[in-house]
Amino acid sequence: MTDTNWIDAALIAARPQAVGALLRYFRNLDVAEEAFQEACVKALKNWGKNGPPRDPTAWLIFVGRNSAIDVVRRQAKQQPLPPEELLSDLEDNETAIAEKIDGADYRDDILRLLFICCHPDLPPTQQIPLALRIVSGLSVKQIAKAFLVGESAMEQRITRAKSRIGAGEIPFETPDPIERAERLAAVAAMIYLIFNEGYSAAASEQQARIPLCDEAIRLVRLLLRMYPTEPEIMGLAALLLLQNARSAARFDANGEVILLEEQDRKLWNREMINEGLALIDKAMRHRQPGPYQIQSAIAALHARAPTAEETDWNEIDVLYGALERMMPSPVITLNRAVAVAKLRGPAAALTLIEPLEERLSGYFHYFGVKGGLLMKIGRNGEAREAFNRAIALANNAAEAAHIRMHLDNLSKE
Amino acid sequence: MLYAILCYNSEDVVGSWSKEKDDEVMARLAVVQERLKKEGRLGPVARLLPTTAATTLRKSGNEPIIIDGPFAETKEQFLGFYVVDCASLDDALDIAREFSVANPGTGSYEIRPISIFRPGQTST
Repeated sequence: MTDTNWIDAALIAARPQAVGALLRYFRNLDVAEEAFQEACVKALKNWGKNGPPRDPTAWLIFVGRNSAIDVVRRQAKQQPLPPEELLSDLEDNETAIAEKIDGADYRDDILRLLFICCHPDLPPTQQIPLALRIVSGLSVKQIAKAFLVGESAMEQRITRAKSRIGAGEIPFETPDPIERAERLAAVAAMIYLIFNEGYSAAASEQQARIPLCDEAIRLVRLLLRMYPTEPEIMGLAALLLLQNARSAARFDANGEVILLEEQDRKLWNREMINEGLALIDKAMRHRQPGPYQIQSAIAALHARAPTAEETDWNEIDVLYGALERMMPSPVITLNRAVAVAKLRGPAAALTLIEPLEERLSGYFHYFGVKGGLLMKIGRNGEAREAFNRAIALANNAAEAAHIRMHLDNLSKE
Repeated sequence: MLYAILCYNSEDVVGSWSKEKDDEVMARLAVVQERLKKEGRLGPVARLLPTTAATTLRKSGNEPIIIDGPFAETKEQFLGFYVVDCASLDDALDIAREFSVANPGTGSYEIRPISIFRPGQTST
C-alpha cells in the first residue's frame, strides 16, 4: 500500500458530508465541488506529513470553504456578489463549523446532495451517473466504465444533468418532516436503481459493474446511519445485502445465468446475509411494513433455506400477496406465480398469470415463466411459442441463452 | 495480564474500502495475529458488523428502552477487538502499534486491561 492510500479512503468517506456542507454555504454545485477538490489537494500534502486531523471532515469543510471564498472574492471583482443572505455563514470560525457538523444539519446536507440527483426532470440514466459523480466521487472514467459507454459521452451526460438542475431549483430551505420523508423515499429509490444497474448486468459485464452494487450498499448504509430508526431504509439495506450476497453464485463458468434454486449456496456471502438478516429483525420490531421490508423478507426466506427444497414457499406466497396489496403490479403477481407453482402446481400458477399477458406483453420474464409452466404440464407447443417470444424480448445474451437451453430440452423430447 | 485491544475507526472510511483493499488489510493483520497465536498469547478476536446492524437496550426503570443503532453517536465507531496476553502495558502498546502499522491511517486502539475473562464456547 502506498503512503497516501489511507488518505484516499478518508477523502472518499468524508465526501458526501463535506460537499453537502459546502453546497449549503455556496449554493452552487460547481463551486462546492471545486472547493472540496481544492481541500483534497491540500489534505494530500498536509495529512501525509502531519497524519490525519482529529476530524477529517471538519478539516475539509473548513479548508474548502476558505479556498472557495478566495475564488468567490476574486470573481466578485469581475461580477457582482450574490446577495449576502445567499452566502451564508461566511464569517464563522472553525469551532462553530465543528459544532454545526455535530448538529443535525449534516443529515439535511447529505440528504439534499442525494436528493438533487433524483430531480424528477432527470431520467435514471442521468440520475445515477450524477449521484456517483457528486456524492460518491467516482471519476467520470470509472462511471463510464460501469455504464459501458465512452468517457466523453459520460462527461456530456453528467454536464447535461448538472445544467438541468440549475442552482435556482436546488431546495435549500431546511425540509419539514413531510418533505424530508419524501426526499428520503426518492433517494432510497435512486439507491435501488444504482444497485439494479449493477446487479442486472450480464456475466460478461459483471466485473465492470460491481462498483455500482458496492456503491449502492455504501450509500444505503450512509442513509441508514443518518436515519437509524427508519424501517424502510433498514429494509432496503437488507434487500441490497441479501441480493448482493448471491453474486458469486449467479453465473456459471460460461457466463450462463444460474437460477436461484440451482445456485450453489456455499458460494453465498454469509457475512452479507448475516448483516441483512440482522437489519430485517430490527425493521420488523417497528411493525410498519413497507415494500422494501417485504421484498427483503422474501430474500431472507431464500437466504435462510439451507437447500432450495427447504424454501418456505408458503410464507413467500403470503409476502408477495402483501406486496401486491401494497403496490399492485403485474410483475409482483408474476413473481408470486413462482411460489404458487411450488405450492399448488404449475396449472394454478398459469391461471394466475394468464390475465397479465396484455400488460406484460413486452416483458421477457413473463414469457420465460409462462413457457416454463406450460412445459411442466406438457403443453410443449405453447411452451415453445412462449420461449420464442421470450428470446425476442431478452435483455442480454445470457437471458436468451438460458431460454434456448429450455428450447433444446423441448426438442429432445 | 490479559488486555483487550479495542479497535475504533470511522465506519465511513472502512466502509469505503474496496473488497481488495479490505482483504489486503485483513491479511496484514492476520500476520500479527498468527504470530501472537503461535506464542500462545491470543484470545478471542472479533470483527463486528456495521453499527447500522446494532440495537441498544437502555435500562430505564422497569421497562428498558430499545433504541436502533449504537448507544452514542460518535465520529469513530467500535468495530472489533482482540484479547491478548501481555506482560505489561508497554507490551500491549507494542502490539497495538503493530496493528496500526498493518492498518495505517485514521482510527485508534483503546488498550484496556481485562478484569474477568471467560472464553466461553459456542457451537458456530
